[in-house]
Amino acid sequence: MMAKGKLKAWEELEVGAVVLEGGSTQAILTGGWRTGKKPIVDAQKCVNCLLCWIHCPEPAIVTEKAQMRGYDYAHCKGCGICAEACPSGAISMVPEERLVPKRGWIE
Amino acid sequence: MTVAMKQKQLLTGAEAVAQAWRQIDPDVVPVYPITPQTPIITTFSEMVAEGLASTEIINVESEHSAMSAAVGAASAGARVATATSSQGLALMLEICYIAASLRLPILMNVGARALSGPINIHCDHSDAYMARDAGWVQIFTENAQEAYDYTLMAQRLAEHDRVRLPVMVMLDGFTTTHSADVAEILPDDLARQFIGEYEPPFSLLTQVATIGPFDMPDYYFEHRRAQQHALEQVREAFEQIQRMFKEKSERPYEGPFEAYQMDDARTALVVMGSAAGTAKAVVDMLRREGRRVGLIKLWLFRPFPRAAIARVLGYVDSVAVFDRGLSYGSFGPLYLEVTSALYSRVWGVENSRRPKLANIIYGLGGRDLRPDQIRKAFDDLEAGRLRADQLYYAGLREEGDQR
Repeated sequence: MMAKGKLKAWEELEVGAVVLEGGSTQAILTGGWRTGKKPIVDAQKCVNCLLCWIHCPEPAIVTEKAQMRGYDYAHCKGCGICAEACPSGAISMVPEERLVPKRGWIE
Repeated sequence: MTVAMKQKQLLTGAEAVAQAWRQIDPDVVPVYPITPQTPIITTFSEMVAEGLASTEIINVESEHSAMSAAVGAASAGARVATATSSQGLALMLEICYIAASLRLPILMNVGARALSGPINIHCDHSDAYMARDAGWVQIFTENAQEAYDYTLMAQRLAEHDRVRLPVMVMLDGFTTTHSADVAEILPDDLARQFIGEYEPPFSLLTQVATIGPFDMPDYYFEHRRAQQHALEQVREAFEQIQRMFKEKSERPYEGPFEAYQMDDARTALVVMGSAAGTAKAVVDMLRREGRRVGLIKLWLFRPFPRAAIARVLGYVDSVAVFDRGLSYGSFGPLYLEVTSALYSRVWGVENSRRPKLANIIYGLGGRDLRPDQIRKAFDDLEAGRLRADQLYYAGLREEGDQR
């Protein structure tokens, strides 16, 4: 759970810390956790299998009409699982300071 | 209400617990065998195979998986029971903390056993003490009858709407799990009336939700504080459920402990589990000699009934706390609770005193506690020979003693 607006007192919380609304991970900007490397994707090699989307533990893979379109770096925590899962070698982890196109999408 | 058909049976503690499970008829029982708990789950598995219970038994690959499956099933709104001992409890402990923090009403029987090493399969309370901070309710029982009764009561307590916590019911390994004892099993209809239907307040099967979320420092503290609140609610709910159980069983359980011959006692023992039976026999013997001795047999260890303990012990001269386990580098865990309860409350109780206290460690790894050792504790208490700031060991061989 992460703060949205006014923080609740302990008496006001759901029993067992259960989160009853869906999509709550959108509110948590895990991009700040990234240390050192970030993913980029080579559009020429991407076969659009979306295994990266399936494996990504955060809502960091941007899609448009079920097509991979790069990264939401505000949510990508740099774990590199997408690069491991990618069967076509399209995804690579590069140094954080490297300048890359928007969403790390290399045409 | 009168109990028409009392069913006295010769049962081991493990069989008595299995009878309670049969009457509860849990939806899911994830199990992994470990001595001395195993006869609980094998007896119950036979009952399920014979169609006496409709439980889904999951034979998992470890205790870690057993508790994980219990968490999953309970999150789906199922009634869940499991059992373990010693290293099994140690292995599942990670998930025990999670079960409590998710506030899932899981029932678990623990055949209390020593922890390795050296490896030892016999009784002490080290495993239960290890789990004392996991956030579970912890109940210790003396014999097969109590193991049966408190297993039924634990199911209701876990589901109590102001509690909603997992509950651990200890029965002493071998001494209680494997020894045949006369126990009275409630008729099935009465037991089932007592247990009632379970209306889960929440089910993953019907509701979109995140179970077991991540907390940043901005919320973890508040969630933990809420857990403490839930445990604090248990003392009242425990007594309420004892009263409900008394209506069905006519067995007069009242309060967090049994106070045996305490009304005019000057010296007292505090003990948990099967050793209470031996200790009561010694109290009876000394009473016949005219000595004012008594016994507190504690059922409810978590949450600790500190006010009730301070009230009952705040008027005696001296107390020996018997611990079947040790917080290495400190004292026995029960002793620490009793001293803390008396220190924090005794000055607020009218005319009460702070009794002299002593901690006696006994029975590690299944060593018997003999009547003469309990008698010696009373003798030493009355003669003022015991100090509060050092440990005593009953039945331990020491250099220079008579062997």
